[in-house]
Amino acid sequence: MQIAVFLIIFPLLCAPVMYFVRDNKVRAYITYAAAAVIASASVALTTYWVLEGSRPMLLLPHAEAAGHLILAAELALMVLVTYLCCKHRKYWISLLSIVPTVLIAWQELTDVKPMTLCHIYIDHLSILMCLIVGIVGSMIVIYAVGYMYGYHQHRKDVEDHRNYFFMLLFVFLGAMFGFVLSESLLWIDFFWEVTSVCSFLLIGYTKEEEAVNNSFRALWMNLLGGTALAVGIVYFARYENCVSFHKLIEYAQMGEVPAVICVGLVAIAALTKAAQLPFSTWLMGAMVAPTPSSALLHSATMVKAGIYVLFRLSPAMGGTTTGNMVALIGGFTFFMASIMAISQSDGKKVLAFSTISNLGLMTACAGVGAHETVWAGIFLMMFHAVSKSLLFQDVGATENATGSRDIEDMHGLLYRLPRLGFYMFIGIAAMFLAPFGMLISKWSALKAAVDSSNILLVLFIAYGSATTSFYWTKWMGKIISKSHETGERMKKDITGDSEMWSMTIHAALMITLCVLMPFISTRFVDPLLVEMYGQFTDVLPNGILAMMVLIMCMVFAIPWVAYMHYKNMQTNYKLNYMSGVNMGDNKTFVDSFGDGKKLWLSNYYFDKRINPDRMMIVCQLMTTAVLAIMVSFMVGGALV
Amino acid sequence: MSVKAVIMVILYILLAPVMGGLMEGLDRKISARMQGRIGPPLLQPFYDVRKLFNKQVIAIGVFQSSLLLCYMVLMIFTGSIFFAGNDILMCLFVLSTASTFMYFAAVVTGSPYNTIASSRELVQIMTYEPAVLMAGVGFYLVSGSFRVSEIANSGKVMLFRMPGLFAAFVLILLIKMRKSPFDVSTSHHAHQELVMGVKTELGAHNLAIFTITEWYENAFLMGIVGLFAVTSNPLSYLGALVLCALVFFFLILVDNASARVKWDQMLRFIWIATFFLSGVNLLILMLVR
Repeated sequence: MQIAVFLIIFPLLCAPVMYFVRDNKVRAYITYAAAAVIASASVALTTYWVLEGSRPMLLLPHAEAAGHLILAAELALMVLVTYLCCKHRKYWISLLSIVPTVLIAWQELTDVKPMTLCHIYIDHLSILMCLIVGIVGSMIVIYAVGYMYGYHQHRKDVEDHRNYFFMLLFVFLGAMFGFVLSESLLWIDFFWEVTSVCSFLLIGYTKEEEAVNNSFRALWMNLLGGTALAVGIVYFARYENCVSFHKLIEYAQMGEVPAVICVGLVAIAALTKAAQLPFSTWLMGAMVAPTPSSALLHSATMVKAGIYVLFRLSPAMGGTTTGNMVALIGGFTFFMASIMAISQSDGKKVLAFSTISNLGLMTACAGVGAHETVWAGIFLMMFHAVSKSLLFQDVGATENATGSRDIEDMHGLLYRLPRLGFYMFIGIAAMFLAPFGMLISKWSALKAAVDSSNILLVLFIAYGSATTSFYWTKWMGKIISKSHETGERMKKDITGDSEMWSMTIHAALMITLCVLMPFISTRFVDPLLVEMYGQFTDVLPNGILAMMVLIMCMVFAIPWVAYMHYKNMQTNYKLNYMSGVNMGDNKTFVDSFGDGKKLWLSNYYFDKRINPDRMMIVCQLMTTAVLAIMVSFMVGGALV
Repeated sequence: MSVKAVIMVILYILLAPVMGGLMEGLDRKISARMQGRIGPPLLQPFYDVRKLFNKQVIAIGVFQSSLLLCYMVLMIFTGSIFFAGNDILMCLFVLSTASTFMYFAAVVTGSPYNTIASSRELVQIMTYEPAVLMAGVGFYLVSGSFRVSEIANSGKVMLFRMPGLFAAFVLILLIKMRKSPFDVSTSHHAHQELVMGVKTELGAHNLAIFTITEWYENAFLMGIVGLFAVTSNPLSYLGALVLCALVFFFLILVDNASARVKWDQMLRFIWIATFFLSGVNLLILMLVR
């Protein structure tokens, strides 16, 4: 089963190539080829695995040499982080790298052969993650080629280190594959640290002061999670003499104390990665990076790593203190982040808050730990990866074309940049509108929350989905609203072909996923849950899913038919009503001095009522308290 | 789909506009009597719509009419899902998609009055959505199913088990049916400060479509009110009618007795009321399950 190993190693091998090829053209072609190889390898892995009977596969029972290599790489990573921290005078952050690395090294060097089943484990969940990382991830890399060209055209102040940037992207992909395929907890810890450091370097790409500060915030938060992870792993390994991820869950389900504590610590680590409150600020800060890295962090990789771990843990979390706290934090984050998103007019910030919010819902699903909630969570993850990646790419391309990513400046985007406007519209619709997948998943999350009698989660979902539709709908309204500027400043669409291709494939992929949802549910997600829980009952009957597909077709067909119907109808077109003071068109009116005044329409942002900064601090305090309670319960429970 | 479901859907599609129109006529009549006027004839809304249909098509842009038509089709579809006895949550989600199309139809014009009103319409949607969703959840908790047909035949009177959810639902009906004090985005009366709110740019043919869609919506909403009283006993349908009549009268009474509030007051009031009425009711339902 070489493909799995190939998937991890190939991107890591591409990385130095990216760095050393200095010619942008040549590197672009190599990037396309490598991305295609990665995407097809992940598909090949899936095909092979399905042909083998879709059963869990255990690979690499003995991998001492790889283990030593990984230990060496981990130490090198520690040295790199320490050096960078000292260089930027953030000395204390290096401790967060040194402590876990030393702990892991101590564990690895002193312990007599802790038991692992194997080092690589392939099952439904890891295959799903591989597909997300492989397809969405490589698409983002392809998009990045065109984007970074445009980026350095209009950001002359930023030094052009594209070779370095692409190297990081590939390291990131390799680490993600390693992360989702590993079974050994020590390997998981290593790949975890690699993604943390990679995201830190990506965020700091522009080397501006803000970027550097934000990158260090991301670094310390993620390393803090990494420390919790390392402590949990070593603690578990010392007591049970075992470093297998699946054994950990098994023991935790049996109620063995070291395993339960380890699960709690790993869950905290996952909360940092998934940017849940109180750790959400690092993801907001990550917005300063060029768009491909935001897209990568937000959709296919990084945050999904946290969610992946939570899903893995969910059978062990259901009904426990840890599970309840995780569900509480997730639900709270879902609601609060969606309120904060209302007050934002910066497109990327809205996307960031919505990522945090959606991740909150997935976290809550994992925390509840019932198989229905995990079913919903898996679908949320799938749809979110694709549509969020599409939206980030689209906003990035729009920014390159118009010089702004403010939603207010996207007024009438559909008429000024039709292709980008259309894809943005589709992407947003997919985030919340019936009958797209996100909404169905939200619905089943609601049902599952009711079934598990979790009243808080029901309330969070009921209120949170209201606020979620609010900020998305007003954005959509902006896109289709009649332009202030038609004819005056029609923007030229400078989006490159590679970017357009990537977005088109995303849009197509998303619609396919929605249409195939009943099929995916029975063929893939149900067996996944059987694998995790041993049994499974249908969450949504297939009849309903099929009906959703019908509605889906309607939602696409009706506007088209209606448009065709009215296009040739005898219609008397009139000017807008402006109390009779239009100046002959819909764009200007007569003001009180008798002069022409330009009409400017704007959305509601509630900025006088919602102060996201202050709200964030309050939320952080509250969730920190929840986490403190969770930890003390856990430790207390262990000591009793 | 069973034969009964098909018949119910056909009945809904045919009768809902009649019911909605009659309700509007009745509304005008009762309101007029409350204000010491005689009021228009009961069938006046039908005369109005017929007149609107005979006029030429007037619009701001080509997208406006087509989006409005989507609003209508989706609204009819919402009601059909409900009266076919299908899943109530799905029905509520399609309802919100229909409202979204209404918002699009308003905002696509780029008209100042329409745009402000449509923003308020969005606030309205955000305001009532929690209560609507929770009502659906309440039905599920009591009857064990999201399917309207099973809720209606559960043998339990929903009203007695979910009074809080019912109260919250009646409150948000004030918003949905555009009644004072919550008629912030458009109003049936000519005293709206935003001219006609989301209806400002609707003329002739389009206004007729909008009106009929609202009739469909109101008939559907009354269907949900009825669901609170319906059991497997045929006599309960009579009870449902009485309940609908009472709620309808209550809405008109409040409409005539209160002044419009600002949107943020509406949001705060309804959200807090929903939290306590629906939230507590749901909690109790979960505990006794």
